[in-house]
Amino acid sequence: MTPAPLTFDQPHPFPGKLIIVEGIDGSGKSTQLLLLEKWLEAKGLNVVFTEWNSSDLVRETTRRGKKNKTLTPTTFSLLHATDFASRLYHNIMPPLKAGLIVLADRYVYTAFARDAVRGVSPEWVRKVYNFAIRPDMAFYFNVPIEVAISRLLGGTRAQLKYYEAGMDMGLSQDITESFRIFQSRILAEYDKIVSEYGLITMDATKDIEEQQNEMRHVVSNALENYRPKRGTHGKRTLFWRRFNVSKSE
Amino acid sequence: MENERYFGAGLTYLNPSDLKGKLIAIEGTDGVGRSTHIEMLQEWLEVQGYGVITTGWTRSNLMSKTIEVAKQGNILDRWSFSLLYATDFADRLEHQIIPALRSGFVVLADRYIYTAFARDVVRSGDRNWIRDVFGFAIVPDLVCYLRIDVDTLALRVIETSGMNYWESGMDLKLGADLYDSFKKYQSLLIEEFDKMAEEFHFEVVDARQPPEEIQEALRSKIQPILKNGQQYLAQTTVPESTSDQS
Repeated sequence: MTPAPLTFDQPHPFPGKLIIVEGIDGSGKSTQLLLLEKWLEAKGLNVVFTEWNSSDLVRETTRRGKKNKTLTPTTFSLLHATDFASRLYHNIMPPLKAGLIVLADRYVYTAFARDAVRGVSPEWVRKVYNFAIRPDMAFYFNVPIEVAISRLLGGTRAQLKYYEAGMDMGLSQDITESFRIFQSRILAEYDKIVSEYGLITMDATKDIEEQQNEMRHVVSNALENYRPKRGTHGKRTLFWRRFNVSKSE
Repeated sequence: MENERYFGAGLTYLNPSDLKGKLIAIEGTDGVGRSTHIEMLQEWLEVQGYGVITTGWTRSNLMSKTIEVAKQGNILDRWSFSLLYATDFADRLEHQIIPALRSGFVVLADRYIYTAFARDVVRSGDRNWIRDVFGFAIVPDLVCYLRIDVDTLALRVIETSGMNYWESGMDLKLGADLYDSFKKYQSLLIEEFDKMAEEFHFEVVDARQPPEEIQEALRSKIQPILKNGQQYLAQTTVPESTSDQS
């Protein structure tokens, strides 16, 4: 038997620091996290980066469910929780225990917002993720929906992603319109989450360098008592083999 | 608001008030003979004119392949392990169990959420999280628990299917070899099932009896919850020559 497990409602006991960013697509959160990473590395700190993407296991299963149109809000939610659990165990917990800084592009709040919009009980999804490690700092990049859309359509990625637009929900045949409806609902959920969990809200309409300066200022203060651990083997992002789905199925 | 047909928070997008059928779960540890008895129960119920579907652990369309693949690799953490099974269960619940109950079928479930509870608790010592996760489950009309002691179980499993990695809980490193590990792991599971039997009011059936007596006991527990109540019970007998081969 192991001792009582960590829960999301209390700070983690590990020497490392977990810094996460949240926000809808087009909020600029990934850019800000990248710049933060550069800065931390330039200061000589050992940083590990992880993002909310799907493992092969979940991607293959989601594809199967999509093909048969059988994914429900509950199975969609549980599949992503499974994936997150595996990522937490393999990519996040080891560096935190080793005393490193972990930067996460999206975290459990993404699931709280999306799954609630897809129709599962908001209380239930919070309970499911109760095994997650509470971040030391969580930034929310708040952006009006129209700004996000114009950034996504006019910028580097001139297309919207299928699931990000909630196309599976049948909100609209037009992907931009579907994105607008779906992500507006997500924004409303994020608003609740920000006050519930005390996320640090950033005005994502400001200039990139202005936001970054603010972010670095907050992180500096929070890292005051952090004692950096320097590895001798450089950067390493994968701490254990993840389970894989063979492509042959 | 929480609906009493749901174990916890429930499926908020699905109203369970029109479920006419009966959900009967057969629980018990690995190799105790659940599937053999479910086959016989199905036959018995169909003879009486009830529509029956059976559903079993990891048999969902969505997840059976995924779980198989995951088991071959390394699932090192209890959360992924439990969440994979929860996903499988949710898929079966929404696509098999609830539609069948709505159409008035008797659903015989080979294992139910209590198996997931036992396995997770043995790995973590924490009862709350796994129960919260399965908050979307429908509470069964009846849970029959096939109870066995670990010594009888070990002999029976060696004689039939043999011991395997997962049924021996080898991921927990409880014993030096398969046999030691099997016995320790299964006694922990049985201990947890026993506790849940009281908490959730399982109907306990002694699985050390001969198969025909086990079947007779199961039928006597199931008959009262069926629509036609007692009327068929006296007319049916259990065939003598069945053998337990789970």
